[in-house]
Amino acid sequence: MTARAAIAMGCSAGGLAALQRVLPALDRRLAVPVVVCAHTGSADVSLLVELLGRVSALPVVEAAEREPADPGVVHVAPSGYHLLVEPNAHFSLNVDARVTYARPSIDVLFETAAGAWKDGLVAVLMTGANSDGAQGLRAVRQAGGYALVQDPASAESDVMPRAGLDIAGADACLPLDQIAARLNQLCLP
Amino acid sequence: MDVEDIEIELFVRAMQLRHGHDFTEYAPASLKRRVQQLVRTHHAGSISELNRRLLHEEGFVTRVIEGLSVPVSEMFRDPPVFRALRDKVLPVLASYPEINIWQAGCAHGQEVYSLAILLEEAGLYERTRIYATDFNDAALQVAAEGIYATRDARDWSRNYIEGGGQKSFSDYYSARYDFIKLDQRLRRNVTFFNHNLVTDEVFCEAHLILCRNVLIYFNNALQDRTLGLFRDSLVRGGFLCLGTRENIDFSPSAASFGDIDAGLRIYQAGAGVARPLAR
Ligand SMILES: C[S@@+](CC[C@H](N)C(=O)[O-])C[C@H]1O[C@@H](n2cnc3c(N)ncnc32)[C@H](O)[C@@H]1O
Repeated sequence: MTARAAIAMGCSAGGLAALQRVLPALDRRLAVPVVVCAHTGSADVSLLVELLGRVSALPVVEAAEREPADPGVVHVAPSGYHLLVEPNAHFSLNVDARVTYARPSIDVLFETAAGAWKDGLVAVLMTGANSDGAQGLRAVRQAGGYALVQDPASAESDVMPRAGLDIAGADACLPLDQIAARLNQLCLP
Repeated sequence: MDVEDIEIELFVRAMQLRHGHDFTEYAPASLKRRVQQLVRTHHAGSISELNRRLLHEEGFVTRVIEGLSVPVSEMFRDPPVFRALRDKVLPVLASYPEINIWQAGCAHGQEVYSLAILLEEAGLYERTRIYATDFNDAALQVAAEGIYATRDARDWSRNYIEGGGQKSFSDYYSARYDFIKLDQRLRRNVTFFNHNLVTDEVFCEAHLILCRNVLIYFNNALQDRTLGLFRDSLVRGGFLCLGTRENIDFSPSAASFGDIDAGLRIYQAGAGVARPLAR
């Protein structure tokens, strides 16, 4: 199996703490785009970007409309918009209705990322108190992508990872502190 | 190419050849999700079945346009934008004896009423005409009625205050059970009509064009053409306001706009400073 081409991550309640554990442990040589959709409930995602930027091994930016998903960079979905990956691996945004009560929605990110990267995608579903992301994870697997779900027992809120396992299943189900190592293994050449 | 992507291409062709609606330059990822949504709404089972109905079923295209349009909006969305319009744009508009504003992609009209309130409070509404356009007739009808769910009013009231509103938002509507109805005096200078940004032309000399969260559905080429249409519609020194996360760095036409407040996506036509093109 050749190295995977991109990582998409989704989380909700407890997501900040989880990301603060995973992002620092990523390998600095990781040359794939990392795209994060986290429900923050706040109107502005800049605080999240700053907090993650302080600890992450890779630079963290807000995902920008029409810009390419740059390798070696963590792109965070802005609040109030769905973040989509176009077939040419550039970002687009829309303000369509909420999906599973969320905008940005993890389902929307995962489904469109699966469309863009097909079997090159690794999707990670972590802690959260709703079931957003589960349908998206299924689309990822159908497209040949790799689904990594946080072990519900290690999740601050287990609803989201459980829904992911129920609806999509997973290629791996790992405790929080083993997720980064698996991503490095899957995505380093 | 996977089967679903082929079906979507055929869908776009059917819309074009059979109905004259051009979606070829919409951003594909959003379009695909909306077509999938249409399949579910109409219990079509597959995009191919949708295509069959599109070709053969009288009137079905209207339902399809409604589904592709998704007229989601709010009043005073992004309050700082309305504050900036009030502080930086309206004082300039005040120097014109008559003010023309084009609100393109007005959806269910929330922004039209927001704008009317803003102008009313600035004492400019009497001499303003607002052209509110969309390509979805059903949405235009809702916009003209100005009836919205009461549960949204609380958020909008907060937006109104954050956006610099001077009265109470509830002064502008009457509430009945689950609905609020916006004061119909607010639309006395509004003209609602169907205008498709892809195919229709310049129709007025505008001093301000508000087109928020519409170009995000367009690919770079169509975004650029539409910005050209806006440039040609604006008077010299006229203003353009886009959605707060829109990116015009890839558009050659954007070179004719200068920044008024780049962070809030408020620009001015012919304001000198050429915008550099990205990559
Ligand atoms: C998300 S709404 C934007 C509403 C509002 N401006 C806002 O930001 O809250 C997008 C609107 O653009 C309209 N639209 C999409 N394509 C269009 C086109 N080609 N011509 C005119 N309107 C279009 C849709 O019908 C929809 O009502």
